[in-house]
Parts: sequence; structure tokens; C-alpha cells
Amino acid sequence: MEVYQFFIDNWQHALALAWQHVYIVTIAVVIAIGTGVPIGIWITFNKRAANIVLYLAGIIMTIPSIALFGIMIPFLSVFGYGIGTVPAVVALVLYSQLPIIRNTYAAIKNVDPNIIDAGRGMGMTGFQVLFKVQLPLALSIIFAGVRVAVVMSIGIAAIAAYIGAGGLGHYIFMGISQSHDSMIKAGAVIVALMAIAVDYTFGMIENRLVSKGLQS
Amino acid sequence: MIELERVTKIFPGSEIPAVDSVSLTVPNGEICILIGSSGCGKTTLMRMMNRLEPITSGTIKIDGENILQKDVIDLRRHVGYAIQQIGLFPHMTVYENIATVPKLLGWDKKRIDERVDELLELVKMPAETFRGRYPRELSGGQAQRIGVLRSMATDPPLMLMDEPFGAIDPINRETLQDEFLKIQAKLKKTIVFVTHDIHEAIKMGDKVALLDAGRLIQYGTPEELLTYPKNQFVKDFVGADRSLKRLDLLKVKDAMLTDPVHCHADQSSEKVLEQMLSDGLNYLLVLDEEDRIKGYVNVDMLRGHKGVVGDVVHPMTITVGPDQNLKDALSKMLSFDLGIVVAVDDDEKVQGILNTRTMVSVVGETYDERGGHWGKITTGGKII
Repeated sequence: MEVYQFFIDNWQHALALAWQHVYIVTIAVVIAIGTGVPIGIWITFNKRAANIVLYLAGIIMTIPSIALFGIMIPFLSVFGYGIGTVPAVVALVLYSQLPIIRNTYAAIKNVDPNIIDAGRGMGMTGFQVLFKVQLPLALSIIFAGVRVAVVMSIGIAAIAAYIGAGGLGHYIFMGISQSHDSMIKAGAVIVALMAIAVDYTFGMIENRLVSKGLQS
Repeated sequence: MIELERVTKIFPGSEIPAVDSVSLTVPNGEICILIGSSGCGKTTLMRMMNRLEPITSGTIKIDGENILQKDVIDLRRHVGYAIQQIGLFPHMTVYENIATVPKLLGWDKKRIDERVDELLELVKMPAETFRGRYPRELSGGQAQRIGVLRSMATDPPLMLMDEPFGAIDPINRETLQDEFLKIQAKLKKTIVFVTHDIHEAIKMGDKVALLDAGRLIQYGTPEELLTYPKNQFVKDFVGADRSLKRLDLLKVKDAMLTDPVHCHADQSSEKVLEQMLSDGLNYLLVLDEEDRIKGYVNVDMLRGHKGVVGDVVHPMTITVGPDQNLKDALSKMLSFDLGIVVAVDDDEKVQGILNTRTMVSVVGETYDERGGHWGKITTGGKII
């Protein structure tokens, strides 16, 4: 009830923070897809690169997010972006790499070699096999990786408030320092709802994009 | 025509060739079966023909042109390629699957539409129903058909087929094979066909190439492999029952007794009975005035009967066509307690008769270790 009252009283501010949150996550996810998917595809051609890339992405994943923000401050300070939106986006992009790269890699690797063979045997070029056969077949698994990355990013973005990136984490941190329960809850609830909504939306998009022949 | 000359494949890191100096020629319009146990190199050999496997040494020519001199993508687009049903693209509809190569070759939509419909027609799958279906919505047999149709979408003169009927139950496989042979009789493609099933090889092949450990052991017609196996390996491979397998190859009309003993339905029972007793016949075929099959009578049915044979005749429901193979005829014969089966043409006119004795003698006479010849079986026709 208090949380509800909090919303009523602060809806404009809450909306502004939510917008900041969405903004950070959207930029991060777009960049993460734009880098992760091509990297995932690229490493299917190179076993050694695959091992190294997946290993690195795995390591990044193990760094606690708050530590990653801290580590980045001295590096990005060089360019004048030690705190704020930029390090937040960079961190989210890094975290998102593992699920996206790993799923892209695994999905393409898992396409039945007979099907690829059929494509090559019929005279498709390497690119045509990739774009007409492998990617469409890999799409739903790639999507699963993207969904994990997005939901995770929404959560981690809350912590980015700690380095001044704003977003709904602001409520959570401020709530903690002021022992303001309903403020913490408000931040947490919006973050959670946002994650659910975005996951659902991505599910819908996935349904649209993935061939009906692959859905059961 | 496809000519292979001392084609060899050695996989990197391997000492032993997977395909060892194979030379053979497949004339235009023939089905050449590559057969052997798994690992014999048959699939590798076929995959070199569209350069899915690089050739280590030797040459492969298609219509006199060395395939290494062609653009590899172009080569593959002009050679049909079918593999087991699993090779269908699951994310594409039947239409899109069949249209794959036409699209790669830049056909316009109208031409593709027509071609897809025409091909579906060929295997009696209504286009309206199947065009938009996905592979997972097809039965195994249907998927297999689409796989074959896809490989012939642009009407390539040469087709490579890797166990196209492999993953399918025996009954459906028979149907597909028959259907395929019918289509092939019309289209006269040059086909290289990989299988490990000797029955399929005998049934489908104009030529059969038997491979073992990468070497071509024997290349010839199915008839030659069964009759003159070159060595013990071939004998073992075609199986101890190779005389039975010949039943697949032989047609009813090759073995039937023409002009069988018979009577007509309007003859008097008493007279026919008398003749049967004096000739020692237990049963007799009954024909109508047009020489169509009416049925048969036996001595007991006629005994004491006044009137014509037509009144007591027992209908004959199991018959064979002259172009069916002897294996089918034998199975029909066995299901029919008289130990005979009558061959009739499309108008039900009697062409001849097969009995167990002719069957045995045909298989026996034609299968001869020393290389016997076809025995001619004749029996004088006789009308009572």
C-alpha cells in the first residue's frame, strides 16, 4: 500500500528514472547484439578463437558487477567517462556478451550437418548457407541468449546507479541509505515488471521471426 | 555421361585411401548404384562428383568436361543432389524447399510456381495442400518425395542421390522406389545412387558398382553381379539367397507358361470332367468367350453336375500382371492354395500361368554357376 502511495506521489520522477533505465539497457543491448552475434558467428569458423572468446566472456561474467563498475572508473576516466551512462553501458555490453556469443555459437554449431551439406550440395555459397540455412535455424536459440542478456541487463543496470548512471537503481540505493522501505520496493518492483515485460515482448518478436516450421 | 578415371581420395592425416583409384563410366540415362558396406567409400566417391569432397587424384568428367575446370557453385547448381529426408530445410515450406535451386539460379516467380506445382503433380501430392506445409508436417514418405523433387527442380541431367530412401519403412520404400522408377522411365536422367541395400541396388540399378575398402570390386548390371559374381566377396555381399533375389529382376512374362490348359464357361460340365479325369488334371482354368478369366473348377465341383461349367466356376480373385516381378507373383501364389497364379493383362485377358514348378525351374535354370543362359519354357497350349 505504501509502495502504491509512493508511486502516486512520485510518478513523474519514477517515470524519468525508468526512462533512464530503459535508455541505458537499450543502447547496451543493441551494441551487445551487434557485437555478440557476429562474434558468435565468426568463432564457428575458428575453434581456437572460439575457446579463447568463450573463456574470456565467461570470466567477465564472473566479475561481480559492482566490482566491474569500480574497475572501469580509472580506465574510462582517461577519456573523461569514469562515471555515468558510458561505463554503465560498457559494463552491460560486456556482461551481455557471454549469453549472446555462447548461444549464437552453439546454435550455429548445432545445425544438422546434413542440412548444411544439402545446402552446399545444391550450390549455395558459404554466405547463402549462413544466411538462408544456418541463421534461420539458429534463430530461436540466439533469441534465447538475447533474452537472457536483456533481462540480466535490466537487473544489473539497477546497480549502475551507484556510479551515477541514474535509472531505477537510484531508488534502491537511496532507499537503502535513507531506510526508506517503500522507495526500495518501488525501485525493485518497477525493475522486475520491466524485465518481465521486455522478456515477453522479445518472446513475441521471436515468434514472429522464427519460421513456423520450427515451432511446435 | 559421367566418367571417373582412377579417382582417389585420401583424407588428410590418413594413410589409407578412402577411395582407391576407381574408374567407371555411367552412360546417359542410366541409374548407377554405388553400393558397399559402411565405410567402403561409396558416399565419398559420390560427394567428389559435385566436389563436396576435394578429389585427391584422378579425374571426373561430366559430359566430357573435367569438373575441376568448372566453377564449383555453378557445377553444384546444375547437378541434382538429394540426401535422406533429413536434408530438407525444416524452416522452409515445401514450396521454398523445392524452389531453392531455381531461386539460386534466378528464375522468375511465375516459372518457379509452375515448376513446383508440376513436380508435386508428378508424385500425386496436391499442390494446394502441400505447397505451404513445413517438413515437420509431412510423413516420412512425403518428406522423402520432396527431397527427391527438390533435387530435380531445375531438371538437371545428372543427379546424385545419397540413400534417398534410406530412413523409411520397407513398405513405403517399395512404393517410393516404384514411383521413382516410373518417373525415371519418363525422364531418363543420369543418376548416381548410393545405397547399402542390395535389394534396392538390384531393383533400381541399371548398373551396380560394388565397392569395398575404397576399391571398385565389380561393376556391371545387377544381372551380372548375381549371375557372375567376380569373387567370394561379391558372392557374400549379394548374399547366399541371390537366386531368390533374381525373383526381383525377373518378370512374370519371362517365366509364365503361355497358353495354359483351360476350358470355356459355356462348355458342358460332364464333358470337361471326363477330359480332366482322362488327362489327370485336378483343376482347370475357366475363361469366358473373350478369353477373360472367369475362375477355375476342380473335379469335385464338376462331379455329378449337369449343365455348363460357368454355373459352378469358382472365381479367381488373385491374379498378377505380366510386368510384375516374380517375387510379387510368388507371394501371391503362396497366398493362394492352388499353388498357381494366373497372369492377366489390363483387360483381364489371360496371358499365362505360373506354378511352383515353373518358378523353381526358372530360378534354377537361370541361376547357374557356370554361367548358364535363360531356359525357354514352353508348354503346348491345350483346349479341352
